Amino acid sequence: MRSPSVKTDRRRSRLARVARAIAIAAVLAGVLGGCRQDMHDQAKYEAFERNEFFDDQRASRPPLPGTVARGHLAEDAAFYLGEADGALVATAPVSLDQALLARGRERYDIYCSPCHDRVGTGNGMIVERGYKQPPSLHEQRLRDAPDGYMFQAITNGFGVMPSYAPQIAVRDRWAIVAYIRALQLSQAATATDLSAADLAALRAHETSK
Amino acid sequence: MAQIFHPSTNTFSKVSIFGALFLIGGALWGLAVLNRSGYATQAGVAREQPVPFSHKHHTGELGIDCRYCHTSVEVSASAGIPPTQTCMNCHAQIWSDSPTLEPVRASYRSGESIEWIKVHDLPDFVYFDHSIHVSKGIGCASCHGRIDEMNLVRQVSPMQMEWCLDCHRNPAEHVRPRDEVFDMAWWTDDQAALGAKLIDEYDIEGRDDCSICHR
Ligand code: HEC
Ligand code: HEC
Ligand code: HEC
Ligand code: HEC
Ligand code: HEC
Ligand code: HEC
Repeated sequence: MRSPSVKTDRRRSRLARVARAIAIAAVLAGVLGGCRQDMHDQAKYEAFERNEFFDDQRASRPPLPGTVARGHLAEDAAFYLGEADGALVATAPVSLDQALLARGRERYDIYCSPCHDRVGTGNGMIVERGYKQPPSLHEQRLRDAPDGYMFQAITNGFGVMPSYAPQIAVRDRWAIVAYIRALQLSQAATATDLSAADLAALRAHETSK
Repeated sequence: MAQIFHPSTNTFSKVSIFGALFLIGGALWGLAVLNRSGYATQAGVAREQPVPFSHKHHTGELGIDCRYCHTSVEVSASAGIPPTQTCMNCHAQIWSDSPTLEPVRASYRSGESIEWIKVHDLPDFVYFDHSIHVSKGIGCASCHGRIDEMNLVRQVSPMQMEWCLDCHRNPAEHVRPRDEVFDMAWWTDDQAALGAKLIDEYDIEGRDDCSICHR
């Protein structure tokens, strides 16, 4: 016969064991849960996150005025400003090839076509919704304008048109200028401007329709 | 002492032990389903934003390209959220006295950021990069769905590891021509042939080693 006291002791110890197991499980769950959240949201800043340390609370810091990133000194005025010796540059200071034109077309369609439309006549979707209508890029005045003039319109804005410098890299702005030249040519080209091969291809296309 | 339970309850207890396996199995299965459900992944939930900016309106109807606003998506890890200036490019003139746009104008006057609420948010221990996906021909719509049909952005994919790996192990089913990455409605009838061709052309390996995402 076992004594009742021992029995209660045993029962208590079993209870204690269960309680301990529950407590450990709870602590573990807490610790693991805590860890999980810590690792999900670590003490580092993601792009555009809020940071209370700075007055404007931006973790992504704008560069201080006047600072120049390594390798980004805008020395070449013709390339960065579209001017050389106080005059607008006549032709884009980049080498012109098919790839540049393709790039220009893509960038023009993204950034300019909402207002100037895809061919440059100035009837873009935003104009249809009430934005001031820009002049057609095919006006004689704009055909005669030097490349630097177009470049500066993009870089500094023109009249009510805002500057597109924050959205478009410098080289891409020149690509757009090159593409506008191609657009201007396309809207005023005659059959004699085409090479014999292109003309034949065009004729074939015409007759196949 | 008389037996409390009749011998026939033996069968009952055997069945219930067996049943418990099913119960536990069922519970685990339930957890797995719950873990992948919209409730856990937050997929399908549209976030209220400080300004009710509509992608349906701006991209679907006006046809503005994603890159007009998300300028860094081709070149960096983050797609970028447009600064207030970008909205003012147009809204300085159109709908310039709409009350819904007042927070945009207030931000423009004061220089304080508009605080957009993040919709997609991977845990910080995962590395993700937009630029490689764009340059390897994975369309925005493959991960974000038809953004051009959403008034408020919601997450459509679970954004769990399983989901990333599904594509990484089988990129041929998702890859499209680079020119079509920004076209929300792009579709082909013959993904099998096109996929195989593009995997070659874009030199896609379909990597799934842990260290590319957990670095
Ligand atoms: C939000 C609409 C809008 C967008 C986008 C836009 N423009 Fe303009 N642009 C205008 C308007 C309006 C004018 C006329 C401004 C005025 O007269 O006050 C203009 C004027 C111009 C001019 C000067 C024309 C002149 O009369 O001398 C050029 C060049 C030009 N834009 C090129 C571009 C290029 C290149 C892009 C793309 C990078 C672009 N624009 C994007 C609205 C826009
Ligand atoms: C006119 C500017 C504009 C254009 C164009 C635009 N977006 Fe956005 N996008 C925003 C703004 C502002 C936000 C932040 C507010 C929000 O989440 O709605 C955003 C948010 C998003 C988000 C959610 C980001 C998050 O919080 O996780 C995705 C995804 C997105 N855009 C994809 C696209 C795609 C794809 C396109 C092209 C079809 C596109 N956007 C075109 C302005 C734009
Ligand atoms: C390229 C031009 C353009 C840009 C950039 C642009 N919007 Fe718009 N937005 C429009 C047009 C056009 C409308 C009105 C469309 C219509 O008339 O149906 C509009 C309408 C709106 C409306 C609805 C206004 C109302 O009162 O119902 C909101 C809100 C809005 N835009 C927010 C934004 C925000 C925020 C941004 C910046 C992330 C932005 N827009 C950038 C062209 C633009
Ligand atoms: C392979 C899947 C995938 C593709 C393709 C993709 N995104 Fe994302 N996008 C994500 C993920 C994942 C996040 C969340 C990133 C985070 O939380 O760090 C995200 C976040 C965003 C955000 C919020 C800002 C940021 O960068 O965190 C925007 C805006 C966005 N995507 C736009 C786009 C656009 C536009 C495209 C098409 C060019 C695109 N995405 C293509 C998966 C994708
Ligand atoms: C729809 C398809 C798709 C989805 C979904 C997808 N990816 Fe990718 N991802 C790709 C492809 C294709 C590549 C290019 C891989 C290659 O060249 O082998 C890539 C490459 C990457 C790389 C760069 C790998 C390297 O070589 O450095 C990272 C990082 C990455 N993905 C992370 C993610 C994460 C994180 C997710 C989930 C949130 C995700 N991806 C979802 C298709 C996808
Ligand atoms: C293509 C990208 C990608 C690859 C490759 C990848 N992971 Fe992940 N992993 C993720 C994403 C995304 C998450 C976050 C899932 C979530 O939020 O639910 C994650 C989460 C995790 C977690 C945490 C789970 C949790 O719930 O907290 C672990 C552990 C993990 N991954 C281990 C691995 C291991 C081990 C490998 C290699 C066999 C691996 N991952 C490969 C994208 C990836």
